[in-house]
Amino acid sequence: MISPLVYSITKFMSEYITHDRTGRSVGRVEKKYFTFAEPPEEMVLDSGCRLGPVTIAYETMGTLNADKNNVILVLHALTGDSHVAGYYSETDDKPGWWDNMVGPGKGIDTDKYFVVCSNVLSGCMGSTGPASTNPATGKPYGLKFPMVTIGDMVRAQKALLDHLGIKRILSMTGGSMGGMQVLQWCVQYPEMVLSAIPLATTMRHSALAIAFNEVARQAIIADPNWNRGDYYDGPKPNVGLSVARMIGHVTYLSDEALRQKFGRRLQDRDSFSFNFDGDFQVESYLRHQGAKFVERFDANSFLYITKAADYFDLTQPSGQSSAVDVFLKASARFLVISFTSDWLYPTYQARDMVKVMKKRGLDVSFCEIEAEWGHDAFLLPNKRLANLIRGFIDSVYERME
Amino acid sequence: MNGWNSNSVRYDLQIIASWIKPGSKVIGLGCGEGELLYYLKHHKQVAETGVEILESRVAECINKGLTVIQGDINEEIKDYANDAFDYVVLSQTLQQVYDPLALIRSMLRIGRKVIVSFPNFGHWYVRLQLLLTGHAPITPQLPYQWYETPNIRVLSIKDFRSFAREMGFRILKEATINTDREDKTGSYVAFMPNLRATYGIYLISRLTSA
Repeated sequence: MISPLVYSITKFMSEYITHDRTGRSVGRVEKKYFTFAEPPEEMVLDSGCRLGPVTIAYETMGTLNADKNNVILVLHALTGDSHVAGYYSETDDKPGWWDNMVGPGKGIDTDKYFVVCSNVLSGCMGSTGPASTNPATGKPYGLKFPMVTIGDMVRAQKALLDHLGIKRILSMTGGSMGGMQVLQWCVQYPEMVLSAIPLATTMRHSALAIAFNEVARQAIIADPNWNRGDYYDGPKPNVGLSVARMIGHVTYLSDEALRQKFGRRLQDRDSFSFNFDGDFQVESYLRHQGAKFVERFDANSFLYITKAADYFDLTQPSGQSSAVDVFLKASARFLVISFTSDWLYPTYQARDMVKVMKKRGLDVSFCEIEAEWGHDAFLLPNKRLANLIRGFIDSVYERME
Repeated sequence: MNGWNSNSVRYDLQIIASWIKPGSKVIGLGCGEGELLYYLKHHKQVAETGVEILESRVAECINKGLTVIQGDINEEIKDYANDAFDYVVLSQTLQQVYDPLALIRSMLRIGRKVIVSFPNFGHWYVRLQLLLTGHAPITPQLPYQWYETPNIRVLSIKDFRSFAREMGFRILKEATINTDREDKTGSYVAFMPNLRATYGIYLISRLTSA
């Protein structure tokens, strides 16, 4: 289902991934697959469509204890994957995307806890998505792939945990769209979630966030190679997808981060070129990020996943005007974290969430971390973030014992 | 790392803790690094919540396993339901609040009982300094110059008693205490407390509550 080439490319998940300077690592990890919803028992999606069979790619780290009560579920963001930490092989250039957080003695301590991370439904890193083979035609789904919601992603993760025999989750965490899945879990399967750490996220995707996603999608759709999603036999819409990634990267940083990282510095030249080849370092950086991204990501997956994020609204899940009582059934202990320079999911959105939780009488902690790197701050090595997560999870674990 | 015991908790906090029934729900406003809440959680099995504005202190609290929200106490208090807590604690922060009456009314709304403590500005050492030197007083309890002090509301034990009477809330308990320089040990002051006590600690409630 997934080629060795894609494996090697997943190593370049993010510009931030580096070998952990502490030298501590969870070591070798293996990507595994779980397939369910075989026809005629297909998965019924929020849209009413049926999908099956469904494969979910996942990785686990640490050891599941006898009571199966040391499980931590990590949910990845838009372009992430199941490879949260460690290495597939000794020759890997880079570890998983959150290696600074997940490992022995780290914020999420794999010496104590059993960590599970899976690729989202409609992704392209091993889980079923638009690039997967449609059993009805024998060809890739393309636009025949049904629209998937955050709730559907969570439903597929629940099927995986059922398969692993896990009934209770000690804690779950994720940033950005991973945080949306965390929140969705807490309302969809409240009895399973003991505690939750939504990071740099929101209860409902804002107009600003939808706007950026739509511009990114239109860049893909406008690429002639996109061909209404049917491009798997020919040239891929790489121009559109790389522009989409460039837009994304701007939203993940911040005014200050861009100023500090690039300023108005020129790339490989001393004066203006007076043409469109790209003068500034920031232009060169974005082009590089775009070019790298198309090697590892499927354009149709990008369209589907961004749409799922845009549909996300815990307050009005059906998209109609009828509001629901958010967190009415939730019973988890929460630690909500936002970052000062995040303009994609600003602190006020985290506070809105905390406010609802307080009114519900839920046990909620909230911390706004001073960070200059914008939305991406949650992925970067951050001692404060690691200590918060460690302290919180440990206290939930101790209280349970 | 969190090896506190009853002897190492500040003297005024020991008195506050002694007023709180085991197993109750407590919110600490301006909870700092959570010394009192940690003690209450581990010695009195309370369900704790703290509100603190400084990120570093909030982080310290969460690292200790406490439930704490980063924010302004005047704003955060608005979200809680009536009677959401058994006790609402405002320890040595009243003198730093811009609108103490509004805050106390909010505290009495979200909690059945409210505990408030503050440094006593009526203490003889404070009076003497102003009288003899003509400078704004600086004491171990009020250690700041006038231009850098967070203590914008200076009040005495007498002031708080009349404040309670005029604003209509009931004083259930009063502890007027004198502490050592580090606040580790101390004693009750029964005779002329407004002159001799360094701190006042009050357990108050609404007039209508039982």
